Amino acid sequence: MRYIRPSSLEDAIGLLAQATGKASILAGGSDLLVKMKGGFIEPDLIIDIKAIDALGHIRESDDGFVIGAAVPCAVLGENAALRRAWPGVVEGAKLIGSKQVQGRCTIVGNLCNASPAADSVPALVAAGAKALIRGPDGSRTVAVEMVPVGPGKTSLLPGEIIESILLDKRLPNSGDAYMRFTPRTEMDIAVVSAAIYLTLDDQGIVQFARVALGAAAPTVLVVEEAAEILIGSRVDDGTLERLAQACSAACRPIDDKRGTIEFRKKLRVCWPSGSRSPPINVQDRNDGRHSSFDDN
Amino acid sequence: MMAGIAVSTTINGDIAEFLCHPDETLLDALRDRLGLMGVKEGCGTGDCGACSIILDDRLVCSCLVLGAEAEGKHIETVEGMAQGDTLHPLQQKFLEHAALQCGICTPGFLIAAKDLLAKNPDPTEEEIRFGLAGNLCRCTGYDKIVRAVQDAASVMRGA
Repeated sequence: MRYIRPSSLEDAIGLLAQATGKASILAGGSDLLVKMKGGFIEPDLIIDIKAIDALGHIRESDDGFVIGAAVPCAVLGENAALRRAWPGVVEGAKLIGSKQVQGRCTIVGNLCNASPAADSVPALVAAGAKALIRGPDGSRTVAVEMVPVGPGKTSLLPGEIIESILLDKRLPNSGDAYMRFTPRTEMDIAVVSAAIYLTLDDQGIVQFARVALGAAAPTVLVVEEAAEILIGSRVDDGTLERLAQACSAACRPIDDKRGTIEFRKKLRVCWPSGSRSPPINVQDRNDGRHSSFDDN
Repeated sequence: MMAGIAVSTTINGDIAEFLCHPDETLLDALRDRLGLMGVKEGCGTGDCGACSIILDDRLVCSCLVLGAEAEGKHIETVEGMAQGDTLHPLQQKFLEHAALQCGICTPGFLIAAKDLLAKNPDPTEEEIRFGLAGNLCRCTGYDKIVRAVQDAASVMRGA
């Protein structure tokens, strides 16, 4: 095995494109090294992208935010402007692993690991985030939900690298939130999760909505029906009930050690009426188990 | 001399150089190449925190870092906490509160607590428990560890 730390994205793409055996990108390593340790992957070449300066920063512009592929999730949480604009995205990113993992893991890694339960992905999808992809034939930009195509599989072509995640400037009267259900508050993986992005008009009526569910299908699920139910409403109890039914109907979960199909379909995203922003609770109405968190 | 990657780094304030294989973790390099046995291997997959170190001011699991990645970095391990014969306040308070039994998790807890107090000198009990959630202890039930960190924090603040 070889380990190479290129200093430019062009070099990284060249190495990836010319690699004869299995080549793996290393950013935070919190998935790659675990897979190597478990014998699930044996790369011939590791390309460490952390010395590529452009990938190591969060840039804010008039258009929004550009989050480099090598930026650890802890840095997202430390960025006050990003936290203000996209609290749901930051919340999702901050829920991955422990503090030790936070110092290393990245949202691009979380996206490319393509776990249906990836914590940072539903909020990125709800926020309309895009992935800027660079490859031997140039660059392309796709919606983040186009990247994972199944558990552990992505749509990236040979030689392609995600350079950054692009988030628009948040519109006025808008907000995003991410919520997951886990038996424990820390060091756990979502049984089911939900992210939402809403834009309200001056009267508090929903103008635009996007709802995404995690761990509810082989890939993150965009629930169009849920958005249609929300748009034009004041998010009253009746709307929330129909929203919950639409989400339950849309999800295609599996039975596994974290939860059964029946349990996953029963978990509800509860949004206290009259509240324009989080707190959001994920709650099973039958037994009252719930998890909630504040923005800290 | 083995073929390998030459890595130059600073560990607990001293320059340290080692050779490692490209797929060798920093945990293995610290223990097997440099003899820093305070860095413990628990799970080897980033779940238990026993191998915690501070890498350029970030708390990380050294089992999830390649040795080669340490090039040019500053590393802090438990070996750098005591000054000569004087224990770090966290080490002293762990002893006084009996915040350990078997001791395998202790260096990781000490380093994680050091990082926590550097960033938050006066944490609440909840902040300590959340801050140390990446470190597992199967002996103490955590209460004594939390008390030791609270006590050390107060000593370090000069309170």
